[in-house]
Amino acid sequence: MLKMIGQRLMTTIPSIIGVIIVTFLLTRVLPGDTAAYFAGPAASPQAIAEIRGKLGLDQPLPVQFVSYVTALLKGDLGQSLTTGQPVTRDIAARLPASAELTLAGLILAMAVALPLGVLAAVKQGSWIDHLCRIVATAGVSLPVFFTGLLLVYVFYFLLGWSPAPLGRLDVFASEPPGVTGFLLIDMLLARDLEGFRAAFSQLILPAVTLAIFSLAPITRMTRASMLAVLGADFVRTARASGLTNGKVIGTYAFRNAMLPVVTTLGMVFSFLLGANVLVEKVFAWPGIGSYAVEALIASDYAPIQGFVLTMAVMYVALNLMIDVLYGVIDPRVRLEG
Amino acid sequence: MNDMSQILKKEPEPAPGEALSAESLPAKSSPVLRFEAPPSTSLWAHARYIVTENPVTGLAFGLFALILLAALIGPSIVPYDPLASNTNAALQAPSRAHWFGTDQLGRDIFSRVIAATRLDFSIAVFSVALVFVLGGLAGVMAGFFGGWVDKLVGRIADTIMAFPLFVLAMGIVAALGNSVTNIVLATAIINFPLYARVARAEANVRREAGFVQAARLSGNSDWRLLLTQILPNIMPIMAVQMSLTMGYAILNAAGLSFIGLGVRPPTPEWGIMVAEGASFIVSGEWWIAFFPGLALMIAVFCFNLLGDGVRDLVDPQRRN
Repeated sequence: MLKMIGQRLMTTIPSIIGVIIVTFLLTRVLPGDTAAYFAGPAASPQAIAEIRGKLGLDQPLPVQFVSYVTALLKGDLGQSLTTGQPVTRDIAARLPASAELTLAGLILAMAVALPLGVLAAVKQGSWIDHLCRIVATAGVSLPVFFTGLLLVYVFYFLLGWSPAPLGRLDVFASEPPGVTGFLLIDMLLARDLEGFRAAFSQLILPAVTLAIFSLAPITRMTRASMLAVLGADFVRTARASGLTNGKVIGTYAFRNAMLPVVTTLGMVFSFLLGANVLVEKVFAWPGIGSYAVEALIASDYAPIQGFVLTMAVMYVALNLMIDVLYGVIDPRVRLEG
Repeated sequence: MNDMSQILKKEPEPAPGEALSAESLPAKSSPVLRFEAPPSTSLWAHARYIVTENPVTGLAFGLFALILLAALIGPSIVPYDPLASNTNAALQAPSRAHWFGTDQLGRDIFSRVIAATRLDFSIAVFSVALVFVLGGLAGVMAGFFGGWVDKLVGRIADTIMAFPLFVLAMGIVAALGNSVTNIVLATAIINFPLYARVARAEANVRREAGFVQAARLSGNSDWRLLLTQILPNIMPIMAVQMSLTMGYAILNAAGLSFIGLGVRPPTPEWGIMVAEGASFIVSGEWWIAFFPGLALMIAVFCFNLLGDGVRDLVDPQRRN
């Protein structure tokens, strides 16, 4: 198992190198003056020239690449003009908010999608199967920012059940001491149940928005792979041996059906990390997505570059985790590895 | 095979993709992809069958016709000028005079939603056409030649896939400059791996097919084989791929303009209109964001269903 993880870790190296090269190219080689980007829209020619010298943009490209990578290794992603802080610090401060939201959305989506997909496959042609089909078709067609706004209109404006879509915590609520950065967990650690409730009620709508978005591919894949497994010989054998329905489905079929689902999770994460940006904008969520959007509006380039790099590295790491999970579920992968 | 390309030709589909899918006529010679249609079935009967047999597909084709109409003549038939503001009539709820209400500047939302169709539709069509050419060609070359071409194309595709796609699109538009052209380009780039992989797999299967070897023995060069034998034969599959990615392309472009990239106000475009209406949702003026969002949703929904419909036409075996 360890050997497999090690080998898999090696294969991520080309991906990481590719990601670094692309983010480098995005800033340096493309048309337009990078120094002018970094200096901001209101900079004078002298300021731009000064920044060009400071950034080493008058050096040949390979030299620039080396210094870019050296800075990256030191964790230096440049300075943000809007916040005046190093980008690394900004991103580190905002990452937990994004992670909490994404994880909450994913957990919610899985909690609904897996049972729905399994039931749809087991009771093929029933109402639950039709429900599953509707969810799968509607889910992929809904623009995530549109779903979010609809939810805000219904649950905030019409029903008044949820708080205003303005970030992670009410302005009146007090922040818990930051231990994990995950508000829900920090609130519990601080034994602040009122605060937990406040944070939870802020989280629920954006998390549901993300969940609706990622529901479709997980449901569809669960249903399809469950159907395939239920038609397999080993399931027929298990049934013929007199095992109960629950045992056949729960133990034999489900575990095997999970393999393609886990593979789809990679794609789901790609969508989820992208959708996160839009959801954060709708709910004024102070994560790295809205950080990047603010930077975009201000033509502040360093944060965007840092954001793209962080997201890509996280995505590569998530894919690595998925592969390891694959090994946990499927012993054959472990043996081969 | 013949059926499908002629149907595609009669479908009022806009230029680039259309021109290419019409080339799939020679696919008649493919032993691999031909499906058995009874010889008596005319292509219209087949198309009618596809559209009527599944009412949902029929609905999708109907919606597609509407969207196309709105994109073609929309701006000239709308009741109000989509850019004209009228502060006396600002923030009016939907009424007989303004079917979809008016926004904060008193612009008629119905007119803006209809007028926006052309831009949204063009972004999707051009980006899909671009990636069809780039991804398709790269994939076919990778599958046909193998070797270093294959490695290179594979490496490029892998690198693109290493990013969350929407995030990469954001980065590309931010770096290349904030314009609609760059939104088209970014949307094409993030779809590249999908097209390249499909084209590669299809070309790889056909590389040693009998008809290709026959053509090779007749003295055709590699490039000629690629362009006259392989490419026409994978067109149907690529056409399916195109219609399946249209919805995603339009969603992606609208998402980018929602966060303020590419399209600039006051240009009517669905994503930016939803963004403009977003701040009014909390005070109850739902119609500003709702109708453009609904239009976007219907368009994506239509393209997704249409993709399934085209797949049924081209490749009945993959029906589900």
